[in-house]
Amino acid sequence: MKGRVNSFQSLGAVDGPGIRCVVFMQGCPLRCHYCHNPETWEIGQGESWFSVEEMIQKISRFESYIREGGGVTLSGGEPLLQWEFAAELFSRLQKLGIHTALDTSGHGSLLGAEAVLKNTDLVLCDLKFSTEEQYEQYSGGSLNKVKEFLELTEKGRVPLWIRHVVVPGLNDEEEDIQAIGKIAQSYSNLEKLELLPFHKICLEKYEGLGLDFPLLHHPECSPEKIRILKKFCENNIDIPNCIR
Amino acid sequence: MKYDAWLGFNGGPWTEEIQVRDFIQKNYKPYEGDDSFLEGPTNRTAELMEKLEELLKLEREKGGVLDIDTNTVSSLTNYPPGYLDPEKEIIVGLQTDAPLKRGVHPFGGLQMSRQACEAYGFQLSRKVEDEFQYRTTHNDGVFRAYTEEMLAARKCGVITGLPDAYGRGRIIGDYRRIPLYGVDFLIDEKKRDKRELGSQSMDTETIRQTEELYQQIRFLEKLKEMAALYGLDISLPARNGREAIQWLYFGYLGSIKEQNGAAMSLGRVSTFLDIYLDRDIRNGILTEKEAQELMDDFVMKLRMARHLRTPDYNQLFAGDPMWITEALAGMGEDGRTLVTKNTYRMLQTLYNLGPAPEPNLTVLWSEGLPPPFKQFAAKVSCDTAALQYQNDDVMRRDFGDDYAIACCVSAMRIGKDMQFFGARANLPKLLLMALNGGRDELTGLQAAPEGTLYEGEYLEYEKVLEQLDFYRDWLARTYANAMNIIHYMHDKYAYEKTQMALHDTQVHRFMAFGIAGLSVLADSLSAIRYAKVRPIRGIDGLIKDFDIQGEYPAFGNDDDRVDTIAREQTELFLKALKKNPAYRNAEHTLSILTITSNVVYGKKTGATPDGRKAKEPFAPGANPMHGREKNGALASLNSVAKLSYDTCKDGISNTFTIIPEALGQEGPERHRKLVRVMDGYFGQKAHHLNVNVLKRETLLDAMEKPEKYPNLTIRVSGYAVHFHRLSRQQQQEVLARTFHGAFQ
Repeated sequence: MKGRVNSFQSLGAVDGPGIRCVVFMQGCPLRCHYCHNPETWEIGQGESWFSVEEMIQKISRFESYIREGGGVTLSGGEPLLQWEFAAELFSRLQKLGIHTALDTSGHGSLLGAEAVLKNTDLVLCDLKFSTEEQYEQYSGGSLNKVKEFLELTEKGRVPLWIRHVVVPGLNDEEEDIQAIGKIAQSYSNLEKLELLPFHKICLEKYEGLGLDFPLLHHPECSPEKIRILKKFCENNIDIPNCIR
Repeated sequence: MKYDAWLGFNGGPWTEEIQVRDFIQKNYKPYEGDDSFLEGPTNRTAELMEKLEELLKLEREKGGVLDIDTNTVSSLTNYPPGYLDPEKEIIVGLQTDAPLKRGVHPFGGLQMSRQACEAYGFQLSRKVEDEFQYRTTHNDGVFRAYTEEMLAARKCGVITGLPDAYGRGRIIGDYRRIPLYGVDFLIDEKKRDKRELGSQSMDTETIRQTEELYQQIRFLEKLKEMAALYGLDISLPARNGREAIQWLYFGYLGSIKEQNGAAMSLGRVSTFLDIYLDRDIRNGILTEKEAQELMDDFVMKLRMARHLRTPDYNQLFAGDPMWITEALAGMGEDGRTLVTKNTYRMLQTLYNLGPAPEPNLTVLWSEGLPPPFKQFAAKVSCDTAALQYQNDDVMRRDFGDDYAIACCVSAMRIGKDMQFFGARANLPKLLLMALNGGRDELTGLQAAPEGTLYEGEYLEYEKVLEQLDFYRDWLARTYANAMNIIHYMHDKYAYEKTQMALHDTQVHRFMAFGIAGLSVLADSLSAIRYAKVRPIRGIDGLIKDFDIQGEYPAFGNDDDRVDTIAREQTELFLKALKKNPAYRNAEHTLSILTITSNVVYGKKTGATPDGRKAKEPFAPGANPMHGREKNGALASLNSVAKLSYDTCKDGISNTFTIIPEALGQEGPERHRKLVRVMDGYFGQKAHHLNVNVLKRETLLDAMEKPEKYPNLTIRVSGYAVHFHRLSRQQQQEVLARTFHGAFQ
């Protein structure tokens, strides 16, 4: 089994717990306006084919950093598009005692997702927007599809972190957060609601690819804003299994 | 107990003869707790610091040098006592009669003193010029003996940074001996050694040693006179914590008054001093607040230490460094940690006095360090970017548990080892000279023996290696011979008697060689092997540039294809050096360390087959070239970790910069992750890591508005500097380096 990989980052510290190797898979069905990895969009692009075995070998070099408290995160792109690779990689990693995290939008075949989730220790999912209309407008996908996927994670009792990129003027009101929180709360496997600031360091990538950045004129999200919204979450959104 | 001052200490062999380690092991208290006991600065400390800050500001405004005493040759008793504020200081002693005023040290080289004075708008006095008219300096001696070949190698820059015009430094006196034994005891021991030597047949080495001992004894006497100028008698052991710090500091002060050494480490004093502070606290004569206050005052003194250097020197070693390196933490051979409360107090000075590059605080990292200490050190790194880390588990195996760090990264057993340090071989330039038949690619100078120019349209790996082998031997021979001359002359004309008086009489000697540009060399050879490299020749026949077709694996991606090349090349160079006997039977060692000279080395080197353009800087130390690390921070660390410490016992320097967000969203989480990074890195037997946790934007802003960031400290390569002290070009080079970012 081979997978198309866009890039490999040996030190990821923001995609799941501890220190993580992050494998960015190539190809994504969505076009989120604030996406910071446009180079991973095109399906079938990218030079690097990795077999699962090759990827395991690569990851094994970082075992001393990731074994305790860390692990491997599969991101992208949309890793579920290459679910066979993802399923096999996670199965191998779990056997080796390495923590596996799937960073996904939830868009992919449900059958495939089910196979991947069997060996997934944690799901990271960006809910993006709280209404179907907004979701479609700003990402080209479907919120209902995401919900179906999240139900699967609940059924499989895979711990879930919902993430939300806060874009000023788009989804940064307390009501937005409340609405996202409400959806998130409805899943009993929810452990954490993470707020991530929107930033524009990806601008260079867009320029390099000759693409327009849809949110060029949106301001970045300030750390203060995140602090305020976090406080709001703590006071208003109850997560029974919350881990900090 | 022989002395009342030792009451309350556990006895042992250390009471009979000089054995500081034995004293520590029998008496220190490991501390496994956290940082909650630490105290902030007292009013007195804050007031003194305010005064010092004003002086530092004045010094900055005057272009980096506040004042120079051009009339007096610096030595132990040549200045009246100096104070920052005699009413408030609890630890006393300055290098000259006023704070931040620099002295001149012409014994290393008169020319250097002269130029340094002129560079800052002063003139070396007639008096000093006259005094040295009939004296030979170290610098005079070396140039009398240099061969034409050495001069050519020096001129074209294939060897740079030879300590032939200034003090060699890198010697660490065991300053702890003074508080523990008092100077009289030390003098008696040296006198006994001298008598014993006198009974041997007088060959060159014995005569030399006998004269050295005479000088050591004389300077121990001077050390007492120096202390007496401050109204203190250090002939007997220190009776309490304050005296212990004061006695120890006098030892260091005497050494920097006598020598303008390139790097003058403090050693490993914090845990030793803890024994005294702890005894006072137990006896109810000292509080935690007072203990911290003593350490704060001590560190303030160290931060006032200054040497006078030329702009040329500053190009190589930017930021006015002294390398007052203090080794902290580590583990004992018996498995107990050497972390004490005073290890924490030393780190706390970075909060109480604000971040600063000196003393050069070096944490000896071990898997076995207490977790709360690891967490605290990581916090200090994130908050100040002033710490470096070295692998205690690797060094303890070779040096035991009472070693310290000379300069940036070089381990030595305290009071038992010394080193002859010098310079670096520019390996990328060596490669170019090998391709160009021994000629300097920039000037055409025939610096090395004449050979054939590389022929053929493309560079072939095996053929290139063959040419490299020949010139490597030549370079190693020239380098080793130059070092022998330098250290012979330094011993003869600028011997470090104060520091050597604080060593055992029979010491082990290292000759510490260095290399620069390792990642450029490895990538160049990798390009030749795995891509196609076509040399582009000028009309003089010399290769001026390279056309690289295809991709090659670059150092810094955890790719064995190139990492092995880097490792091999260091081994080959050490092997070549070892073919040449070293002065005084010294043991050859090698470092991969550039300080800030990677910029100067780059300037002296033409375009290289890895695609680096002519005159562009190298990566510092053992760092991969920036922009070529495609697999993130850990892959970069893994590549460096593959270099063998057994080959490079003088140290393998790696400078690591990461933006705060890349370690996570919040403080404690970042600290935990940094701890994991270091555990993982050092677990692979890696040797050294400079840790910077900062953003590029901060540095950019500091470049434009330096006045906003007077204390911004960053780790460069084995040491830390105030960012504003770097030249524009050096600042740009720092900015060009890889900042490992957050990937989401």
